[in-house]
Order: sequence, then C-alpha cells, then structure tokens
Amino acid sequence: MDDSVVLSMKKINMTFPGVKALSDVDFTLRKGEIHALMGENGAGKSTLIKVLTGVHTMDSGEIHISGVRNAVINHSPKDAQRVGISTVYQEVNLCANLSVAENIFVGRHPLNALRGVRWGEMNRKAREALANVGLENIDVTKSLGEYSVAIQQMVAIARAVDFNCKALILDEPTSSLDEYEVAKLFLCMRKLKEKGVGIIFVTHFLEQVYEVCDAITVLRNGELVGRFDIKDLPRVQLVARMLGHEFDDLAAIRVPDYERLAQTSAPEIIRAIGLSHEGTIKPFDIEIRKGEVVGLTGLLGSGRSELARALYGADQPDTGELFFKSSPLKAHEPIDAIKAGMAYLPEDRKEESIIGELSIRENLVIALQAKTGVFRLLPMARQNELADKYIKALRIKTPSPETPINQLSGGNQQKVIIGRWLITNPEFLILDEPTRGIDVGTKTEIQKLILSLAGEGMTIMFISSEIDEMLRTVNRLCVLRDGMKVGELNNVDLDRPKVMAAIAGGKTI
Amino acid sequence: MTTRMLRPRDIFRQQLFLPIFALCLMLVVNFIVTPTFFNISIKNGVLYGYIIDIINRASELIILAVGMTLVVASSKGTDISVGAVSALAAAVCVRLLGSSYDAYAVPLILAFLACLSAGVLCGAFNGFLVAKLKIQPMVATLILFTAGRGIAQLISAREINEKMVPGQILYVRMEHFKRFGGFFPHVVIPTPVFIALGFVLLTWFILNKTALGLYIKSVGINQKAGRLVGLNSTMIIFFCYVFCGVCASLAGFISSSRIYSSDANNIGLNMELDAILAVALGGNSLAGGKFSIAGSVIGAITIQALTTSLYAMGVTADQLPVYKAIVVVLIVAIQADEFKRWKAAYRLHRKMAKGVAE
Repeated sequence: MDDSVVLSMKKINMTFPGVKALSDVDFTLRKGEIHALMGENGAGKSTLIKVLTGVHTMDSGEIHISGVRNAVINHSPKDAQRVGISTVYQEVNLCANLSVAENIFVGRHPLNALRGVRWGEMNRKAREALANVGLENIDVTKSLGEYSVAIQQMVAIARAVDFNCKALILDEPTSSLDEYEVAKLFLCMRKLKEKGVGIIFVTHFLEQVYEVCDAITVLRNGELVGRFDIKDLPRVQLVARMLGHEFDDLAAIRVPDYERLAQTSAPEIIRAIGLSHEGTIKPFDIEIRKGEVVGLTGLLGSGRSELARALYGADQPDTGELFFKSSPLKAHEPIDAIKAGMAYLPEDRKEESIIGELSIRENLVIALQAKTGVFRLLPMARQNELADKYIKALRIKTPSPETPINQLSGGNQQKVIIGRWLITNPEFLILDEPTRGIDVGTKTEIQKLILSLAGEGMTIMFISSEIDEMLRTVNRLCVLRDGMKVGELNNVDLDRPKVMAAIAGGKTI
Repeated sequence: MTTRMLRPRDIFRQQLFLPIFALCLMLVVNFIVTPTFFNISIKNGVLYGYIIDIINRASELIILAVGMTLVVASSKGTDISVGAVSALAAAVCVRLLGSSYDAYAVPLILAFLACLSAGVLCGAFNGFLVAKLKIQPMVATLILFTAGRGIAQLISAREINEKMVPGQILYVRMEHFKRFGGFFPHVVIPTPVFIALGFVLLTWFILNKTALGLYIKSVGINQKAGRLVGLNSTMIIFFCYVFCGVCASLAGFISSSRIYSSDANNIGLNMELDAILAVALGGNSLAGGKFSIAGSVIGAITIQALTTSLYAMGVTADQLPVYKAIVVVLIVAIQADEFKRWKAAYRLHRKMAKGVAE
C-alpha cells in the first residue's frame, strides 16, 4: 500500500434482505485529506461507513489501513477504533451530565497508585486534546450539557482524535449547526488535516463540500460512480453524477401564482388567537385560508416547530383559542386534530415519525387506522391497495410493502411518512423540515408535491431552515424569533435579503 | 400471529423457526432417551401419556404467557405479579364457592366472574401505575407481587372456634368443581387444554380482527410517534395490563380446580418467571414492539416439555432447575442477535480464507 494512503477499501459488497446495498465499492482516503462522501439517500453512504466502523459486517471485500499489515475486519466500532478509525455521528453520543474532561477520558481515566482518578492530569490532558482541535478557553470541568451542540460536537471530535486516530469519519456533523458553528468546525477540521489525519466528511450541503474538501467520492444506488479531485468536479457535474439522470434544476420549479392566492376570499381553515405553550412559544395569532402555503421561518430554537406543535396539539397549548374551520378545538390531543382534518409531519423523523420495525404498509396506514378507530380494522385488501398506491405515487424505493421501514434510506422513509398523512386525506398539512437530511432529488420531488397538493386545494404549513426552498414554495412567510411570532412577509417581500433581515431582526417589519 | 398477505410465509417462518426447532429438538431427544415418550393410551376412560401431560400442564403457562406477551410488547416491561394475582383470584373463587359437599355457596358462574373481576382489578391497578403514573413496570408490579399473596391469605379465611382465621387452605368439596382442571365426563382430553386453546384463539381474534395488534406494536416500538399519529398510548398500555390480569385470574381458576382448593402459598408460584421466559423463548424481544403470540405459546409448551421430559429421564425435582437452566441458556443463546453476528463474521472469515487459498 502506498505510504500516503491511510485507508483503502476494495470491492466491498453488502446485502440487506432484498436490497443490494453496496456492490464492489472501492474507497481510498489519503493522509491529510478531507474527503467528501456524496450520494443521494439510499446511495450507500451510511452503509459504507457502517461497514468501515464494524456496525455492519460486509459480505465480501477488503479493508486495508496504514500500519496494519493484513486486511482488517471490524466487528464493532471498538475494533475500528483500535486500528485508528474514529467516528463522530450526527447526534452527539456523549454524556451531557459528565464534565467535558470526563467525556473525553471516560473509560480510560489517568489513574494514580491507589486506582483513584488523577483529576488534575485528566483536566490538563483534556485541555491539550481540545487545543488540538482548535478549541481554547473551555472550562473542562463544566458539564458538557452546558455547551452548545457545536462545542459538544468538537468535544466528540477531540475524544475521537485522541485515540491515535488515522481516519476520522464525520457523519453529517453540520446538520444542526448554525453558520458560525460550522465555520468553527471547519477550522478544527483543517487543523486535524495539517496533522495528517484523513477525514471522511458525509454531508448534504454542497457549499460546505466545496469550502472544505479536497476530494469527492460519489456513490449511486450502492455502486461507485467515481473518485474525483475537487477541482475536477464542478458543482453541476457533482449533482449530475449523484442523480445519474438529467438534473431537474430546483430553480426550475414554477413559482406559485401569488396573485391568484392573494385574493383572500377563500374560506378560513385555521385561526389561532393568543395560543401559547409554556416555555416554548409565546402567545401568537395566526390565520390561514384554504389553499394557502404558509411558511414558518426563523433560526433554530426560534419557536417555528413549537408553533406548529401547538396548532396540532403535539404540545398542548396553555393559553389561547384555536378554531379549525370556525369550530373550536380545545385542549386537544393529536387524535382530535387528525379527526378534524389536520396532519403533522414532525421534525425528528427517527424519534417521532417512523415506527421502526413495522412494515412500510403498516407505517402508511397507521394514521388512518387511528382515525377510523380500533374496532374498524381496515381490511387487508384495502391496506395493500393503499400501500401499493402510495409506494407508486411517491416513488418509494423498496423491495416490498412488507419491508420494515428502518431498512429504507432516510429519503424513502420520509416519503412513507408523507404518504401516511396523505392517506388520511387531510385538509391542513403541517410539514416540519420534510427535506432535512434528504438528497437533492427527493427534495425536489417533495417541493413539487407541496405545490401540486396546494394546487388541489390542500392547505399547507411548511417549515424549513433552507430559505430558498421556502421562497420557491410558499406564498406567505411567518417570521419567528426567540419563541415569538414577530411578523409576516407577503408576496412582494418574499426575497432572500428581506427574509434574512426579518429573521435576524434589528429593524421592524 | 400476523395478518400479512403478500409475503407472510418467509417472515413468519424466520421469526418462529428457532422456537419451533428448539421444541422439536427436545422432543426428538426425548424419543431417543425415553422411547415410550410418545405413547398415548387410554386409562380410566381418559387419554394418558407424556405428551398429554405436557399440553395439559402447560395450559396455565400458555395463558399467562399470552398476557405477558402483550404487556412486554406495549410497555417494554414485565408484569411480575401474575403468579400472586393467580393465587389471589383463586382464593376469591374458592372462598365464594364454600366447602359444602352438597352445593356451591354461590353459583359457580358468579364465583368464576368474581375470580376474573379480581384479575381485572389487579390488572387495572398495575396498569394505572405503569400507564398513567409512568412507574417502571418492574417496580409497579412488585407491589402486587409481594402484596398479592398476602391478600390471598386474608381472603382464605375459615371459621375455627367461632373466629375467622385467615391463612387457611380452603377446599371445595364438590366433585363438579374438579372438572375444570381435570376432565368432563366422556371427554378424553383434559379440560385445561380446551380452555387454553379457546383463550389463545380469542386473543388472536381480538388482536387481528381489530386494530389492537397494530396499535400495541406501534406504541411498543415508538411511543412518541404513536401519539403523534393519534394513538392513546396510556389506554393501550392500561388495556394490556388489565388483559394480563384476566390471564392471571383464569390461570388461577384452572390451578385451583386442579387441586380443588386455594393454596395461597403455592398457586402460581414462580409462574411469572416461566411466563417471561416463555415470551423470550418464543423469539419475542423483551424490549417491546413486535410480538408473536404463537411464539409465546410455543415457548410455554417448550418449558413444560422440558420439565416433563426431565422427570421422564428420572431427574429429581430438586435437581430440575439446574438442567432446566442449561437448556434455557442454549435456547436463548442461539436466538441472540450477537450470536447471529458471530455466525456472519465466521462465514466471512471462511470465505476470505478460501479466497487466499485459490
């Protein structure tokens, strides 16, 4: 093996029941290289990472790591760590209630002669480890939970790197960070790069790839498309390789006809007066008419999800009144909202949407079944018919309707959840970050779907942290800041700078 | 235990393959060691033999395992009070029936309903603690686990020297009562088998002809998501505990009929552990979620088959737990996910070794 290569994977094959997840995939990581692993959902990125870290056992293939003579097979993340592969996952998996230093050294505290922990030394070493990733002025004795997600992520990286790490895998590290934090993270990545660590960077954000990466490996449908140097692969090319077909440019989506929708003669669907939920969203008023697509925008934690949750009853409102089609909804649970004709796609797909081990069919019909009640089981023929219909309509990639949903890729899971709600035939659909962590192709599909549903007269509330996406789909934007609804933007005001200004605050709108 | 239409067979088989395999293996071993194991004869007008003995004795365990399956599936916890609740319900039933040689003190059907009501009450108590107050199932059911037998002792009171003295063993003297744990006239198969069979079918019907099965699985897998799609997880978990209480009282009824008495100290003793084991042996995850009633029934039969076959091989009662433990460890180990991973890893090694040789 070439000296400059940290890690090489050859002819990796991996099969899940009914799906060939990886076929003959090669991957090479060089020393001091930041290497983006790109592909749509279901392309095999996560699987490749999981094979590398020993979460999955591959069917065949070879993994070589510099400094280890024979091919290695990792059976667990611990094995992987031993040969120098560390991973930092999207969700930080450290203990928030332990101190920063303890988190870095948990399980390998420096001990004194009496097997007691040498706190002084541990804290000093922790500071060194953090300095290594460019993080200074952190009180390592404070509990980790007191720091922001970005800092926590960097602590996780410091911990990972401290294990004599040759290859560092960052799986979607930026998806819950704001711009400042991302910049900080990149600084840290560059620092590690100087030290010769190879970094595998998995992300959906194209801009970030071009900002920080040296090379790109593209996967599609479990196959290797190729490895490219960043300068040889302009953005349009990259997207084309990821999608494999003529790229249906996002910008080509027709902008909704604001003029038509501005005529507010349509009947009212939702009216909230002074609705609030203790600690998450301050009292707000909102009025939504039939056929509107209303966007909620604001920074993370501004209360945009919480406003939607209060409307749906996911968090029961503490004050205020809510009217759905002019009839009051009081102290309602989600089931009341569903029966009234609402549907809600939650922000956190894994925690709040998918019912993991159940099949796609069961995941699709569950909301309708809850609506019709326990004693009126949907006949199996009807369930199968619905499942087949929505798998086809939403182009869900699956070997069978009976496949457990947790074997699907993120994008396909999200489509199932959207299908689940469409089956209930709602009049008012709330979509909270439906496109987060989803590939470009599916993103476009979802945006188109929103527009076509609105065209058919469905009322939609759309929440996204990507402003461009919202601008393409909504005809009214509510702006939130610090748990408060601070204003609304209509038609003419819907352009990027104005929205940014409104989100950031400063001047009144 | 599933209603899949399109490709049910392969999934169904995967889940139940190991439990059935374990049961069959044990029966084969029995046949080799004790050739008379499968002999069935008619003695005194009823069927007689090891196999009959197994399914007869397994009846209570099957009923308990069915209830336990739902509790585990919905609440990711176990109900450890079922043995004590069995004893309590049996005491209620026997106390009401009285000890006359001529007639029951109250009609049998009323005593039976009172017995089931006791189960419902106990289940509702457990369910309230777990579903509404969100107490850990193990802790919540620990209360009745310890208190249940005490209450049963209090109920099992008899007049001695004109004073009611609790903690007695009460007997039902009516021959008629023995039929539920024994045989009905002219029927060659033991009654508990019919009761268990009927109960399992009833449960299957409830779970599959209503949406309850789907609801329980959903709540057990992801409670948050369940709530957001409109399921009332509190009610569903509460129902499962009440149902489990009914199972326990039904098992208590059979047990008391077998010995035509209520022995508060011994009815259902350690049955909660066997019931949990039956659920696990049936390939069900104790972490909740997906479940298979059929698996639990097979698990219950396996446990009883193990006990009976060890007796048949001449193992004495005091050594029984040792052998039972060994077999259980083996069965649980081959079903473990980690074991499956080892197997996959081993195959990969073999494949790579072969590749080098070529």
